[in-house]
Amino acid sequence: MAAAIAGPLLGPYWADLLVKVMILSIFALSLELLVGMTGLVSLGHAAFYGIGAYATVLGSGAEGGNLIVLMLGAMGAAALYALCVGALSLRTRGVYFIMVTLAFAQMAFFVFHDTKVGGDSDGIYLDVRPTLGGLSLESRHALFYLVLAALAGTYGLLALVRRSRFGAALAGIRVNEQRMRAAGFATYGYKLAAFVMAGALAGLAGSLLAVRDGVVNPELLSWHTSGDVLLMVILGGMGHLRGAVIGAVVFTLLKELLSTHALMGPLADHWQLTLGLTIIVFVAVLPQGLMGLAQRLGQPIGKGGKA
Amino acid sequence: MDIGTFLVQCLNSVQYGLLLFLVASGLTLIFGIMGVINLAHGSFYMIGAYMAFALSPLFGDQFLVMLLAGIALAAVLGYLLEWAFFSYLYQRDHLQQVLMTYGLILVFEELRSLLVGNDVHGVKAPAWLDGSFALGELMSYPWYRLFASAACIVLAVGLYWVVNRTRLGMMVRAGASNRDMVRGLGIDIRRLYRIVFAAGVALAALAGMIAAPMSSVYPNMGASVLIICFVVVVIGGIGSITGALVASLLVGFVDTFGKVFFAEISGMGVYLLMAGILIWRPEGLMGRKA
Amino acid sequence: MTSRYARTAFAALALACGATAGTAQTTDKLKVGLMLPFSGTFSALGVAIENGFRLHVAEQGGKLAGREIEFFKVDDESDPAKATDNVNKLIKRDGVDVIVGTVHSGVATAMARAAKQSGTLLIVPNAGADAVTGALCAQNIFRSSFSNWQSSYGMGTVAAKQEKKKTAVTITWKYAAGDEMTEAFKEGFEKEGGKVVKQLTVPFPNVEFQALLTEIAATKPDVVFAFFAGGGAVKFVKDYAAAGLNKVTPLYGSGFLTDGTLEAQGDAAQGLLTTLHYADGLNTPRDNAFRTAYAKSFKLQPDVYAVQGYDAAQILATGLKAVKGDIAKKADFAAAVQKATIDSPRGPFTMSRAHNPVQDIYLRKVDGKENKVVGVAAKALADPARGCKL
Repeated sequence: MAAAIAGPLLGPYWADLLVKVMILSIFALSLELLVGMTGLVSLGHAAFYGIGAYATVLGSGAEGGNLIVLMLGAMGAAALYALCVGALSLRTRGVYFIMVTLAFAQMAFFVFHDTKVGGDSDGIYLDVRPTLGGLSLESRHALFYLVLAALAGTYGLLALVRRSRFGAALAGIRVNEQRMRAAGFATYGYKLAAFVMAGALAGLAGSLLAVRDGVVNPELLSWHTSGDVLLMVILGGMGHLRGAVIGAVVFTLLKELLSTHALMGPLADHWQLTLGLTIIVFVAVLPQGLMGLAQRLGQPIGKGGKA
Repeated sequence: MDIGTFLVQCLNSVQYGLLLFLVASGLTLIFGIMGVINLAHGSFYMIGAYMAFALSPLFGDQFLVMLLAGIALAAVLGYLLEWAFFSYLYQRDHLQQVLMTYGLILVFEELRSLLVGNDVHGVKAPAWLDGSFALGELMSYPWYRLFASAACIVLAVGLYWVVNRTRLGMMVRAGASNRDMVRGLGIDIRRLYRIVFAAGVALAALAGMIAAPMSSVYPNMGASVLIICFVVVVIGGIGSITGALVASLLVGFVDTFGKVFFAEISGMGVYLLMAGILIWRPEGLMGRKA
Repeated sequence: MTSRYARTAFAALALACGATAGTAQTTDKLKVGLMLPFSGTFSALGVAIENGFRLHVAEQGGKLAGREIEFFKVDDESDPAKATDNVNKLIKRDGVDVIVGTVHSGVATAMARAAKQSGTLLIVPNAGADAVTGALCAQNIFRSSFSNWQSSYGMGTVAAKQEKKKTAVTITWKYAAGDEMTEAFKEGFEKEGGKVVKQLTVPFPNVEFQALLTEIAATKPDVVFAFFAGGGAVKFVKDYAAAGLNKVTPLYGSGFLTDGTLEAQGDAAQGLLTTLHYADGLNTPRDNAFRTAYAKSFKLQPDVYAVQGYDAAQILATGLKAVKGDIAKKADFAAAVQKATIDSPRGPFTMSRAHNPVQDIYLRKVDGKENKVVGVAAKALADPARGCKL
């Protein structure tokens, strides 16, 4: 928390990176709602992130536009697409669900990549950043605290959801959907609601990213992006909101550290190798993700590797 | 489109579909029987292609011998990888496997860069297959492409026979549908898994070797086939060899005719197909009900 | 619990900050940030560009305008989604004076946008996106390579005027660079009276061309113009020959179709005509000296990318000399570069008002493993710089 609040004091680059990490945390949290809380693994979550980003840039005119309006618009656009995708893809389950979500994300990707809707494959950019009341987001500090607030809001919202009746129903669906249905829950409706909510939150993350970068391109919707955010959630440890945030932080920083020449020397050129090996070791010794490690640290340290 | 062109396009579709089948068959085996979501499957394809690049100067025109040697090498690699990385993953969450195989992709890709470099390399087709035959007045067709298709058909028949007619195949099918029962029958499931995994890696590498003379070898070539293979496997129904074959051909047709008629949005074609099929049949064309 | 994570995260951050602060202490050196692909499909190109750049610096005794050079490297992964973060590593973390990069057009577009905002000097050593010296042009953005338009317009005029072709089909990947190249070919071809009858595209980075080769055979144009690069270029040229099309319909291309790929393409590429701003066998003293020096330094044959890297360093040296090493004087830097003639191995060129080279575009023919120059397709061709308000 200390790091988050003192962020702007860290100097432009680290403050900027922290903003990125916070945006990714929101994105990872939105996926955690699906993966960890509902048991729905999606490999197409980047579609909503990208749509949120594109909606923000396309919606802002030459003067930049009002941020609140743009963010709500982005969340709405992402939620709408999530509604369509969810309604169809929730008919399938397991690996098939993973692949249908991927399919719909790829379709969205090709719309932005191959047509002129979003300026084609090189992407489009914001001329002027949107404003929030009288506050210009060209200011680093304003953007920092805005993203921090959005992260806190998302985290708080999901924490509430977890404790609510709705959250309990989602947890029930994750554990045993048959039984939930037998108990009289319309599970499809619950799952769809979770899917749309996750889509909207991913749209929020995308919108913030567009404001931060000023550039959006189709790669934001690619399956690599979907894969990365899924890795963050798994790495952090599913089933914990903190896990998603920790996953986003660790994944980003790890790559950052491994590819920094000042730290790694010539090995930084081969960051793929070191990152790959690190991930493999993580999987070997941390079956429950980083959250599992955190929990184990509380107790006497057992032998790693035994799942 | 006149009838001649149409027929040639059909041939193109079948030919592309068969190649896809070759890569996807290994994936569906590993996926369906062992329940491992193997993202590194594309890397095995890449390894195969680079193996062809490295081995073809040694074997010259003994192309078939080279293929056999490559298959053996790949199977050994698969066996070792299963022992070192995968054997303790079965009890874990599927998603742990995703993480692990993602790590493997990065490692393989970087090793490739360190060992072979980042240039594009061509692989020569053997002299006895170098050349083409006329196909109407339109164009000619390379013999090698025909050979690749034939190899795929032989392989498809062989796989079908192994899976449906042999004792090993019986165990594999049983393992796919009920793991505990197989264990209960006293079959060494660990050994079975190791064999299946080695076979899956060998199939991917074989696909890479066969594709190498057509597509040449270049960095990241594995990533490009990975997703399309998953599409094929899922459309066909996980674990079904027949399903993979049907799905490959379908994808071949959609891709080919999509490029011709709907160039602007042809990238979407196969994904539309997949979404449509899964919404209609949520467990794929030949998949078992979940 | 929470506070423990926070502390760990903070410690990691602080550690990393300290580490970079340590390197930031050095003064007086000119900080050059190389943002290039060092992994993935384009990594060979990234290495060639870096080598070229370092070669020129080494030839000047390791100093440009009296300032020593300190390099900072970032792998851009050719991923536009990460471009803003990567370029910020150089701008905000390392505080570089100059950025050199990159290969991928989408990444370069994001870099140009970031450079425009921060005012950091940017020299693009490859990416041909028209927008970099078009809509995104700025006082502090330069390009040492080409614009997509430039590289293909000349092929269009040659095809119609010199080779007397009437109808053409274009084929490329469906993405921005492909569109820009084939449109430029069409512009040149139709201006000289030809007609582009079909524009075919393949989804990027798909390499299954058979369906479209059949389409080409059925359309029977006089000529086919193609733009692909790397593995796709190799496969397309081989497939084109294997389908027997090269015997009836000549294949022309943007130079990237046959650059760095000839060894892999083998016989299939023989006789292909392409246009580019560099070629083998120029046989000028300048080029020969460059090639010898490059081969000696890196035990590699130079290619067009090496030349572009080399010229990026030359552009930097030219501007820097004029401002006596004071990189902050952006206007003077730009004015000096615009007035200068860059003595490139490709042949001398000047900079347009949008900071893109005004250069000869060579017509080249594949001969063995070389792209032999056979003429000049367009003399001192300037990019139209559409959308640039400089």
